[in-house]
Amino acid sequence: MRRRNMLTAMTAALALSAIQGTTALADNPVLKIGFVGVTSGPAAAWGISNQRSMETRAEWINETGGYTIGDVTYDIEIVSFDDQKDPKRAIAGMEKMAQEGIHYVVGPNVDDGAAAVRPVAEATGIIYFPYAFPKPLYTAPASNAVLGMVANYQSGPAIYRYLMEERGVKTVAFIAANESDPLSQRDSGREAAEALGLEVVSANVTYQVDTTDFTPVLTPVIRTNPDLLVLSGVTPANAPQLLRSARELGFQGIISTETAQDAQVLREGAGDLANGFISVGGASTPEIASDMMNEFVARYTDMFGEYNDESNTKVYALEYILATLAANPAAIDDVEAFKQTIDTFEAPNPYMKGDAVMRYVGVSSFGQRRQIAVPLVVNVYQDGEFETLFVAEVD
Amino acid sequence: MEQVMANGVYLGSQYAMIALGLTLIFALMNVLNFAHGQMYVIGGFVTYTFYGQFGLPFVLALLMSCVTLAILGALIEKFLFGPVIRRSSREESTMLLAAGLAFLLDAMILLVFGEKQRGVPKIVDGVLNWDFRIIMPYDRILICFLAMVSIAAFIAFMQFSKTGRALRALAQDRDAAQLMGVNVNRYSMIGFALGAMLAGLVGGLLVTITGVNLGMGGPTSIKAFMMVMIGGAGVISGAILGGFILGMLEAVGLAVLSQYGDITYLVIFVALMIFLAIRPQGLMGKPWG
Repeated sequence: MRRRNMLTAMTAALALSAIQGTTALADNPVLKIGFVGVTSGPAAAWGISNQRSMETRAEWINETGGYTIGDVTYDIEIVSFDDQKDPKRAIAGMEKMAQEGIHYVVGPNVDDGAAAVRPVAEATGIIYFPYAFPKPLYTAPASNAVLGMVANYQSGPAIYRYLMEERGVKTVAFIAANESDPLSQRDSGREAAEALGLEVVSANVTYQVDTTDFTPVLTPVIRTNPDLLVLSGVTPANAPQLLRSARELGFQGIISTETAQDAQVLREGAGDLANGFISVGGASTPEIASDMMNEFVARYTDMFGEYNDESNTKVYALEYILATLAANPAAIDDVEAFKQTIDTFEAPNPYMKGDAVMRYVGVSSFGQRRQIAVPLVVNVYQDGEFETLFVAEVD
Repeated sequence: MEQVMANGVYLGSQYAMIALGLTLIFALMNVLNFAHGQMYVIGGFVTYTFYGQFGLPFVLALLMSCVTLAILGALIEKFLFGPVIRRSSREESTMLLAAGLAFLLDAMILLVFGEKQRGVPKIVDGVLNWDFRIIMPYDRILICFLAMVSIAAFIAFMQFSKTGRALRALAQDRDAAQLMGVNVNRYSMIGFALGAMLAGLVGGLLVTITGVNLGMGGPTSIKAFMMVMIGGAGVISGAILGGFILGMLEAVGLAVLSQYGDITYLVIFVALMIFLAIRPQGLMGKPWG
């Protein structure tokens, strides 16, 4: 009898908590924001850091009462779709977003996926924020894609120029995975390096994306003895192994990349051999991180067990979407209104110290504002942590 | 050239170990284990957890990888492959099961170990530099040596132990082995556990060199299948030979063809297709299976 009572009480408690949960969610209308990106396979870290950044921020917003757009306060729901880095899946993901009535989507993470979803996004009225660099996505007549980060053709020249002026770099070698993103990044990097007057001593060597041992791959590159070795479009999974192999082969020069990396991954995978590695980051280095950024990192860590430094950049897309909608509430289901707001939008950047602002940029690169103004923070890895080398802005 | 040969021997030794477990399972149960790469990845993560995270001695962490994968392999055989093989004579049933298992293990790895690349401290510091003709870190030399010792120990186990003889009998003729008193179900489970354990062992060894991440499983399985096809499916010595041939082809290709871009595996795949058209059973396999 006592056991039956206990079961009844437990059932009642569960039912009550379920009702309470439903009530809590039902307090505010829900605004769905989509994510279509890679969350499985070798590049999973890219998409997962996107998805988790969005989920962390959404939960934070919901916990503190929701996000007010016009006269309505919304709870934010993130709808995610793993495209497995496959353009066909990315299209399916974007179609799913359209079926759910979602107008704002973060992703995809790679060039071919971002290009593949363009017709779907344009036909179904979706503004999407890819982490992919092909200029036609952001140049008129295209108008639905907004670049979610700094492109390598924007960060690369800044890094090369800095290294030429500050470290006397004269020769450069490029190595890239045999995939569309890294190869296009290598080509544009090479173009930028040559335009700056650097001598390119090697740019033909590529590797399979699933390579685990880079010693044989790097041997011919290291023999060219460049001052600077650029790991074009390198994934966080491959970067430590490349660094380790290059240093073990005796390479003494500078190594850099234009992609975001994670300090813990570098520490575990390459240890001290990663010291001096230059990469592009976001805004969580102590010099520039605001209290809100620090709280975001703490919440992310609480939610998922550990932080991913790539999220320094990826925290921004959702913030831009919501802040732009708040600036023009009519855009909530009208992407044309969103596009009009892009040109004039400006709001304080909550993740950086000082008076940094969020605004849309990209006029120089794309002829129109189709890029979010993420700070171009160039980091150098040193003894387990990133240090800010320099900060720049993109227009 | 010396560097290319050294790279080839090193790659070959690790590839041979990866292929061994796969071919053992195929020989015993006629199962194409598409989840072999995922087992390798779990082995790497277990060593990472015990050696990299908990700070236990590397050898103990390696042992934990072997034990974990042996138990996992035994459970998979007992509750998944064993029942399916007994109930269905269609080969595609086990193939589908193996493919589904690969996805399941991938999802579990993501949940338990996360999406990030993981690595552990080097087990030996320093680099051998022989007059710039051969440059090879000491940890790679050690891992190469340990892989060769493991292969030799496995061959000796299969050749001279009672269990090894029973497994070989099972691989040669399942019905005849049963008639001779071999407990087929028990030894199938032991064989699968042994195959999974080999995947765990090589995963644990290589995490010190290559690190480990969620996405390594699928490509590892593909390479393992290539080695097995070169050497001959279900033949232990064939898997070892296939591993060394693939390692050497990769090292030579990367050195000779690098100036033309990443065409090494394109050339290897084309060569493999031509080879299989001429000798579909592989170098050491028999045409009748």
